[in-house]
Amino acid sequence: MTPRVRAAVAAAVVVLAIFLPVLLPGYRSQMALLWIMIVFASTWDLLGGQMGYNSFGNVLFVGVGMYACVLIQRDAHLGYFAGLALGSLCGALLSVALAALLGSGILGLRGHYFAIATLGLGVAAGELAGGWDFVGAGGGMVPPLFPGEVGGRETFFYYLCLALAAVTIPFLGWLYRGHFGLVLNAIRDDEDKAEAMGLRTTRYKTAAWCICAFFLGLSGGAVGNLLGFIDPREVAFAGSTFGVWMVLMAILGGKGTLWGPVLGAIIFHVTKELFWTYLLGWQRVALGLLIVVIVVFFQEGILGWARQRWPERFGHRVEQDAAP
Amino acid sequence: MLEVDKVRKSFGGLLANKDVSLRVPAGGIFGLIGPNGSGKTTLFNSIVGLHPVDAGSIRFEGREISRLRVPQIARLGLLRTFQQTRIYGGMTCVQNMVISVRASERSLRSMFRRTPPEDLRKAEELLEFVGLFPKRHLRAGDLSFGQQKLLELAMALMSGPRMLLLDEPTAGINPTLINGLLERLRKINQQFGITLLIIEHNMRVIMELAGYIYCLAHGELLAEGKPAEIQRDPRVLEAYLGAR
Repeated sequence: MTPRVRAAVAAAVVVLAIFLPVLLPGYRSQMALLWIMIVFASTWDLLGGQMGYNSFGNVLFVGVGMYACVLIQRDAHLGYFAGLALGSLCGALLSVALAALLGSGILGLRGHYFAIATLGLGVAAGELAGGWDFVGAGGGMVPPLFPGEVGGRETFFYYLCLALAAVTIPFLGWLYRGHFGLVLNAIRDDEDKAEAMGLRTTRYKTAAWCICAFFLGLSGGAVGNLLGFIDPREVAFAGSTFGVWMVLMAILGGKGTLWGPVLGAIIFHVTKELFWTYLLGWQRVALGLLIVVIVVFFQEGILGWARQRWPERFGHRVEQDAAP
Repeated sequence: MLEVDKVRKSFGGLLANKDVSLRVPAGGIFGLIGPNGSGKTTLFNSIVGLHPVDAGSIRFEGREISRLRVPQIARLGLLRTFQQTRIYGGMTCVQNMVISVRASERSLRSMFRRTPPEDLRKAEELLEFVGLFPKRHLRAGDLSFGQQKLLELAMALMSGPRMLLLDEPTAGINPTLINGLLERLRKINQQFGITLLIIEHNMRVIMELAGYIYCLAHGELLAEGKPAEIQRDPRVLEAYLGAR
């Protein structure tokens, strides 16, 4: 793509994103959730795709952010928007602190061991929250009511979630273009080599997970308020839905690329919503089948497949004329 | 520059290095030879901190390094290449190079820096030096084995090391290309001023290249000396080339 085409596409996407609630007012909540899914898939890819560390516990940070946000909304008595803002920020910071703490322990694990350890984290967090009276235990929590007029809530959360994605994606893109992204890729390709070359791998791994935790914690507050109810196992630490979906979306679109997870999230979310609408009763079966199809046929993802097919379009070319 | 003093390393009941001592003064090319399983790579691994030694001391430029970890030793300027070549297969050659600059970052900010243009220039110069410049935008994993070896060498140079430990640099390289590689290794030593310690099975190569050779057998230092002396040493001939 030439820069001009690229700019035109970018402009079209921005305009479309801004006017979607006007075009499809009935789908604002689903579209808000779509932006969240894009954030989920993209941040999962930071570790899973770029760094090669498959985490099944990233949902931990979503849940922590969600609970922290709603607790502050409940107990700080700041008014709706101030409470939401402060709550989201605190949720994000708490998630970062947690990632730093846990990361120093389990990021020393490699491959499958790391994946299993993170899986345990998500499950444990759900059980803990489900038994803790201060956060409503198994009964969950209900965020405060949105103060505006009817319908204003959906519009507000659509733009909030859009803003989250609009900050997350360019930030990740900036990360991947610099030194940080290269180090993550080096860790993915050969961590022993990276250490032998003197790179401080642990520091980068922890930082990457903290970045991930920041955006997930930040979006946790928005998700909790958007859905309007926090259940410890089904919404906050929903390993079997959000937790699995973020992995699938990234794989479907092409892990290790900036736009793959975005593409994967869009396709996955739209397909899922269609299943729920047109295959009611069989929607979970259909979703299960989709998951199997993704894992069997799209191991490299859509963009990964495209990169194998047209490597030169991704910049992998030989310059024979420059040969000495 | 590098002083290995009575280093001992065992794996379970197997004594891989038995009180090995060797000295590598700055500036030269040194060879480390020995039959398969004689403990050469174990010694390399001990030197670069991959595993702790059971006994003995290792000093690099006067500093005790036997208790340091791999990345710390690498940052001192003592780098190794691998027998099974190791490069970052999913990244382009240029990316492989720019990521290999000596990691000196201390601050949080430097972790998020952009690639400076001078790094890019240096990367291209060194890729030119090993003859990979035309392929610099290819994924390193798509290069042939020999080219990956050259890339690994260039990556080591990119970090500006004081000393390089090369584990079989000519293994798997087309015989016609070996002479070019020898030329480059000499240049690395003389022009770039990097001290080399080379494990090598190719006798012609190591006898031609090294000024001084250490020979290991069964985990012990069997002999040392100039190539001509090593070639005449009956113990070496017996252990290494087979009894006559």
